[in-house]
Amino acid sequence: MDNLSQLMMGFQVALTWQNVAFMVIGVLLGIVVGVLPGLGGPNGVAILLPLTFGMDPTSAIILLSSIYWGALFGGAITSILFNIPGEAWSVATTFDGYPMAQQGRAGEALTAAFTASFIGALAGVVLITFVAPLVARFALRFGPAEFFGVFFLTFCSFVGMGRENKAKIVVSLSLGFLLAAVGLDTISGDLRMTFGQSELMKGFDFLVVVIGLFGVSEILLTIEEGLHFKGKRAAIDLAVVLRTWASLPRYWLTLVRSSIVGMWMGVTPGGAIAASFMGYGLAKRFSKTPERFGKGAVEGVLAPETAAHAAGTSALLPMLALGIPGSATAAVLLGGLLIWGLQPGPLLFVEKKEFVWGLIASMYLGNVAGLIIVLATVPVFAAIMRIPFALVAPLILIICAIGAYTVESNQFDIWQMLVFGLVGYVFKKLDYPLAPLVLALVLGDRAEDAFRQALLGSGGSLSVFFANPLVSTLMVLALTLLFWGPLSDLLVRLRGRGATKSAVSTPT
Amino acid sequence: MTPNAEEALPEPGLSRRVVEVVVALILMGLAGLALWDSYGRGAGWDGGPENGFFPARVGWILLVAAGFALIAALRRADEVFVTYGQLRQVGQVFAPLFVFVLLIKFVGIYVASALFMAGFMAMMGSFRWWQIGLAAVLTPLVTFWVFELQFRVPLPKGPFEAALGY
Repeated sequence: MDNLSQLMMGFQVALTWQNVAFMVIGVLLGIVVGVLPGLGGPNGVAILLPLTFGMDPTSAIILLSSIYWGALFGGAITSILFNIPGEAWSVATTFDGYPMAQQGRAGEALTAAFTASFIGALAGVVLITFVAPLVARFALRFGPAEFFGVFFLTFCSFVGMGRENKAKIVVSLSLGFLLAAVGLDTISGDLRMTFGQSELMKGFDFLVVVIGLFGVSEILLTIEEGLHFKGKRAAIDLAVVLRTWASLPRYWLTLVRSSIVGMWMGVTPGGAIAASFMGYGLAKRFSKTPERFGKGAVEGVLAPETAAHAAGTSALLPMLALGIPGSATAAVLLGGLLIWGLQPGPLLFVEKKEFVWGLIASMYLGNVAGLIIVLATVPVFAAIMRIPFALVAPLILIICAIGAYTVESNQFDIWQMLVFGLVGYVFKKLDYPLAPLVLALVLGDRAEDAFRQALLGSGGSLSVFFANPLVSTLMVLALTLLFWGPLSDLLVRLRGRGATKSAVSTPT
Repeated sequence: MTPNAEEALPEPGLSRRVVEVVVALILMGLAGLALWDSYGRGAGWDGGPENGFFPARVGWILLVAAGFALIAALRRADEVFVTYGQLRQVGQVFAPLFVFVLLIKFVGIYVASALFMAGFMAMMGSFRWWQIGLAAVLTPLVTFWVFELQFRVPLPKGPFEAALGY
């Protein structure tokens, strides 16, 4: 197989001492970032990104993607021991993970969660290994209209799959687009929406926005919920790990089912959260003993963790192959690629083979390293949560400020971070989703370029988006997703006329 | 504006409906600003899409979507957005943070960090004085070592660092 030989080449790239060291550092940092409140995956990667500008891009992305894996593992620690989901997709893990910890089975729950994460991530990486090159090859034929079609599909699927109020998702998306448009317009060379302020000329940097939206706002939210975390103690020894692993084959069907759900949902942007809930729901529905769920069933930990990690990993597939990130963290990584001078998208697979396959190989290695490290160090990281918040909070805020400053060595960016911190705080409390905003901010310029070029080619007629079967399919698919909510309501109403009342209320 | 919030919940706080409405109005204002700017520069067709073409269309979408959010906010039952007690706690974090960012401009990030650490720990936690002092001294030192010496990324400095020769 061609892919396998490429992958072997990738392992050669990733398996240098230096890159393995970066992997270990990345995973450790990632777990810290995942465990601490106020530092999540996107924020952690955003803060470190400026420090990697001078590094070799392959090493840099290995370091940053390892932070991503570590943060995913770290999220499970807080979910299970403290009943605090680190990320939205670990919410489902708390349903059974925390009860298990309360029953003194924390070690078992953690081992199950980490192993499930590992299996899910592995499924996602295998998918990337074999499918991403195909998608990239296919996408080489895309013109501006097709690319805009794919962008459009991405944004529509956020709206269609999102669990929040649809209007608020659209608000978040369009706000991201407008923020992206501020500053110098690359095509006409004009300044847009700067209102005469020289500070706005360079536009809004997505890294600064991410640090504010995800970092500062998270601290404010944590403060509001009180300063003390009450956690369960965890000790993992080899006996617990081996016993848990021995019981896993019994749940192979749950694992396979969740992996498939996760892979499918992960490729769809914004899918990881939905995937974890779907994985949990399916495991419960097909279980012989559904009444045990919510009271500490191992499957209740396995199913959402597998699905979430399969989705989180698969989210990197569209990022690599099409240049379209499937999650907020993937969006930050994509922004990093742009800064290192790499153009994400189909051409990357042709022009930067060693980079792409080095990254894919590092995903395998990073997850193996992550599993071992996280199993060995859980007690240490659980102890981090016991450090008084009054000590941790100012440290995190100082790190955020430094992170915002180092993006462009600009003090105005620290003020921007502060403002976006407040925006993030209010938006989170009002259920405005933040990921679409970040995605639109990162992709805004490229989506706009594709839109303008496509229209330029057609002389301004929107028919260019329905000119050939490929782009028409993309647009129809996108519109279906966009109106998925009303459409499914209609279906429900047509099927059961008596149940109109439930069909009318929109899911929030 | 908060009659039913007070009878439904014992702890008084800011009405969620008011915040929703204010946010929706601000968003609509931003959309208006984007539209005004885009149409001012030209959002039409001049041998190709003008540079206000795309932002103007996004501006319209934002205006409509924020309008829907406004209507939805008015129609749903009110609840407490944040209780006044919580708001005070958030303020206790935000105010020092604001001062910290303000100080960076004048004394540099290292001195500002030290003051911020000390102030925050003294205000929010129950630490002994030597713990506070240790944290306030160590934080800038470690930051300096990591950023200036290891990564060679210069951070904002003030008169204190200048006196030390940096």
